[in-house]
Amino acid sequence: MKISFIINGESRSVDVDGDSPLLWAIRDGLDMKGTKFGCGKAACGACTIHVDGEPVRSCSYPVKMAHGKKITTIEGLSKDGQMHPVQQAWMEEVVPQCGYCQPGFMMATAAMLEKIPNPTDQDIDDNIINVCRCATYYRMRKAIHRAAEIKSQSS
Amino acid sequence: MSKSNNKNKGLKRRKFLKYSGVGVGLMIGGVWLARNPLRRKVFELSETLIPPYQGDVSNPLIWLQVTPDNKIILHSSKVEMGQGSFTSLAQLAAEELEVDISRIKVVHAETKTGNIDGMGTGGSMSVATLWQPLREMAATMRVMIAGKAADKLGVSINELNIKDGLITANGESITYGELVDGIQDWDIPDTPPLKKRSEYKYIGQPIARVDLHDKVIGAPIFGIDASYPNMLYASIVRSRLIDAEMSDFDISEAENMPGVIKIVQDNDFIGVVAQSQVQANNARLKIKVNYTKNQNWNLSDVNDLITVGNGKKTIFQKNGKPVEDIDKDGESFSLEFRSPIGAHAQIEPNGAVAKYEDGKVEIKLSTQVAKVTRAEVAKSMGLDKDNVNIVTTFLGGGFGGRLHTPHAIYAAKMSKEVGRPVKLVFDRQQEFQNDTFRPPTHHIMKAKIADDGKTILGLEHQIASGDTLFNSALDPGVETVIRADIGSIRGGALIYDALPHRSTYYHVPLPFATSFWRSLGLLANAFAIESFMDELAIKTEQDPIQLRLSSMSDDNPYGVRAKNVLKACVERSGYSDQVIDGRAMGLAVTIDGGSPCAHVAEVSIEDGEIKVHKVTAAFDCGIAVNPDQVRAQVEGCICMGISAALYEKMDLRDNKLYPINYGSYRMALMRNTPKEIEVVLIEGADVPGPVGEPPMGPIGAAVSNAIRRLTGKRIIQMPLQDYV
Repeated sequence: MKISFIINGESRSVDVDGDSPLLWAIRDGLDMKGTKFGCGKAACGACTIHVDGEPVRSCSYPVKMAHGKKITTIEGLSKDGQMHPVQQAWMEEVVPQCGYCQPGFMMATAAMLEKIPNPTDQDIDDNIINVCRCATYYRMRKAIHRAAEIKSQSS
Repeated sequence: MSKSNNKNKGLKRRKFLKYSGVGVGLMIGGVWLARNPLRRKVFELSETLIPPYQGDVSNPLIWLQVTPDNKIILHSSKVEMGQGSFTSLAQLAAEELEVDISRIKVVHAETKTGNIDGMGTGGSMSVATLWQPLREMAATMRVMIAGKAADKLGVSINELNIKDGLITANGESITYGELVDGIQDWDIPDTPPLKKRSEYKYIGQPIARVDLHDKVIGAPIFGIDASYPNMLYASIVRSRLIDAEMSDFDISEAENMPGVIKIVQDNDFIGVVAQSQVQANNARLKIKVNYTKNQNWNLSDVNDLITVGNGKKTIFQKNGKPVEDIDKDGESFSLEFRSPIGAHAQIEPNGAVAKYEDGKVEIKLSTQVAKVTRAEVAKSMGLDKDNVNIVTTFLGGGFGGRLHTPHAIYAAKMSKEVGRPVKLVFDRQQEFQNDTFRPPTHHIMKAKIADDGKTILGLEHQIASGDTLFNSALDPGVETVIRADIGSIRGGALIYDALPHRSTYYHVPLPFATSFWRSLGLLANAFAIESFMDELAIKTEQDPIQLRLSSMSDDNPYGVRAKNVLKACVERSGYSDQVIDGRAMGLAVTIDGGSPCAHVAEVSIEDGEIKVHKVTAAFDCGIAVNPDQVRAQVEGCICMGISAALYEKMDLRDNKLYPINYGSYRMALMRNTPKEIEVVLIEGADVPGPVGEPPMGPIGAAVSNAIRRLTGKRIIQMPLQDYV
């Protein structure tokens, strides 16, 4: 079936089984590889994207549910050549090691900051529940606080 | 405990294709090794020795490519899997090439370039083994370029001024890029003298990772992101059961699933090739497969096997008698420890993208062993290895989980069958159930305490473990010659050499694949030894720091460095034996690969959950080429180590390994890792040593020692959270 949505500001459509995961439509259908496959069961968060501003684990989100919605992936997080505050903070704190899970973490963080502009450590513990096998959690926590700071200064 | 093990007879172990190397392989091979003292020397060396790099470091041209736009492409045979080697290697090259580091782009060397590493990437050896050769090649390259410049500008080399890839003489300037453009013939001169430490511009600086930007924008740099035009997607059947043979299968339903192009039946696998990954996976799930078990297995069977006393015994440290044979009066004291089966759980699943065309095949994948991958593909497909090109991508985690790459063979065979490029990706269940696990271990720690209640008359460590290097990374003959699996005993040797000490290893084959897992035996061995040292301190009413310090001799340079690390860690952490506000501190110290590390963990238990608030680490890896990335590795080891030591475990029920996904395979999340980590770096040697694994050593014991202080109870098994 044909499914249309707006992804990173562009109207796109894919013609796939409507029950198949949105992740693969984005990765292979639209050739946007920043969104990662990790587990296929919404257990690790590597595939986190935004659907109408909400963080969604796209490996377990049927593509048909995205019809007519606005999607943002890591490729669309930067706007007008300017990195998102989360990405700026990730650069400043030199967070990534292998880097594979990081787009998912950055997307989850960006979504959290829209709702909780100045998160406490407890907020971070409660909301950022992706898995990083390199275990870069210590720098991620610092980067999340820093991103909140950058975001509040720029808005 | 019985020494014989009938259960083990007729066991079918998964066979890996063997490859030679792994450094120690160089030292092994003579029959003379069968003599025990020499064998023990090998074990001792294996704990600290940095083996030579195993590949071509005589030809700078296969490593360093100058492009016309005056950039340098560094073709690295060592892979980037998060450990930050690409950045450190760029620093080494920039230092001697006399170029700004921003001019250097590091890429993975394709095997067709001839730049091939015989050892593979692992053992925390990348920077340590390339430290000398890469600087030498960069310096040589600089002289080669300067020679061309001197010819062109009509001056002698000594009259040239070289700065950031720009050569100036007599008022004329020319860039490296302009100079080398079109040059085919190079003479490789003698290696010039290298810079002194006081002259370093880049080495020792906390340069931002060279791959940082790509990883922050989500660039398509990983194996799973690779593609070829006109590519198809594949999924293969993998056994849900260990120690079982496929008896029959039925593909009729799968064949009619949407998008299926072909079902490939090979002696080694059954694979579905389809138009999309989803279609390939869906069709594969419709293949009905029946297996016949050779024998039924549960976790208790494995634990029975992995028990000191079972299997082939090798003494790998013999500086004292067995504790029960010490003929002085005193009290024997012993404790037993266990560690579980651990999964790699790296987030990028294994897979490969293959393009077979006209008797040649090219494969893009995340591999730690491009040379082995190439050899295995060439052999399986009856190709000359020159007709196989392995294109390594960035790895979405390695940790030892990418040393066995049969998927490269499967993808290549399927590409040949369908005449189009094929991408094969394993799903997460397959990644768990068919992992090459960290083997479970059993330890008996023993000491004899003199009648004064203080003096320790002897210390002993006995280990039983499954394979790590054996059956996966060493030549078959090596196993019979050296007998103790050097990977499994890693970190198992007692560093308390001021005491009479002795260590013994029992080699036990298992019915499922076990192999390298970041730091190999270190985490489990250190958990046993360092937990016991604290218990011994309590028993003999000594300070645990003083006991450790007085038990390491000053004759051993690594021991001296370990003492410095321990003292630094104690001082920086403000270590105290008091429980304050429900928090206690625990410490541990290890030496791995010659890099000593100490941790002090500050721990509480809240609502039954272990909470690690802060970890202070002191680490001595010699020269820290990039101190920021050394810190990142220490932080990562601490948090991954907490994950493994506190939560992770596999279960085995009726030949099925569980769990098969994240979540049920509990791992540390943000909330489970310390908010504070402080890292003290000490440079106790004038060369860089291993970084990516040694800081994993102390964490399990440090946390457990803190819990002992909190609860008064000694936990003797990992994962710790299960036993508080």
